[in-house]
Amino acid sequence: MTISILHRMTGVALSVGLIAFVLWLASIAIGAGAYEAVAGFMGTIIGRLLLLGWSFAFFFHLANGIRHLFWDVGIGFEMRQANASAWFVVVATVLMTAGYWFLLYDPRSLI
Amino acid sequence: MSVGSPLAQVPGSGTAEAGTKHWWAQRVTAVALLILGGWFLYSIMQLDSFAHSALLSWAGRPFNSVTLLLLSLTLAWHSALGAQVVIEDYVHGSSISVVSLLLNRFAHVFLAIAAVVAIVRIALGGS
Repeated sequence: MTISILHRMTGVALSVGLIAFVLWLASIAIGAGAYEAVAGFMGTIIGRLLLLGWSFAFFFHLANGIRHLFWDVGIGFEMRQANASAWFVVVATVLMTAGYWFLLYDPRSLI
Repeated sequence: MSVGSPLAQVPGSGTAEAGTKHWWAQRVTAVALLILGGWFLYSIMQLDSFAHSALLSWAGRPFNSVTLLLLSLTLAWHSALGAQVVIEDYVHGSSISVVSLLLNRFAHVFLAIAAVVAIVRIALGGS
């Protein structure tokens, strides 16, 4: 139930994120000045929170999207299975989000 | 209560055929985004620097340009389909819902083409 509405909410958040993604691409094409303006904003507290939110939304939508694809082929409809996969989605989202930022900041720390 | 026959009430409500295509396209783009989105996050993670010059050469590499184009177009498509469903479910009233649906399409086509122009410009090295 909660997970279902979160799929929509994260989807809408990611649609807004698409605007930021295209702005970012366009700024790279326009030149160093435009890019630094975009990157500078993304480096502020608000920008970092937005990136964290979008990455969380991305990983949630990805994990729960895979759950939906399994449902589409008829797997996992039992109540017990649906509850288990919902928790799996929550745990996977937190782990992927935390893991990604950890690796992004220090990719060599695990090697 | 309408006096129209059941068939007369159906036209204009959309067809099952278009609905199936919408549903299927959403799934196809979802699977494509698993691969393309994963590639993007991995590729970004490998960058040593987020300076403009580093991103310009990263996005300008032929493989990256092609994958960025695929990613942008697939994202815009998937996003347009998803936002359409949300609008259809929550925005009621025929004129406001038609206007919202139109704006949704226009905005996504604009974003898709803006991304293509940006990536092609980077790939061709003009600025």
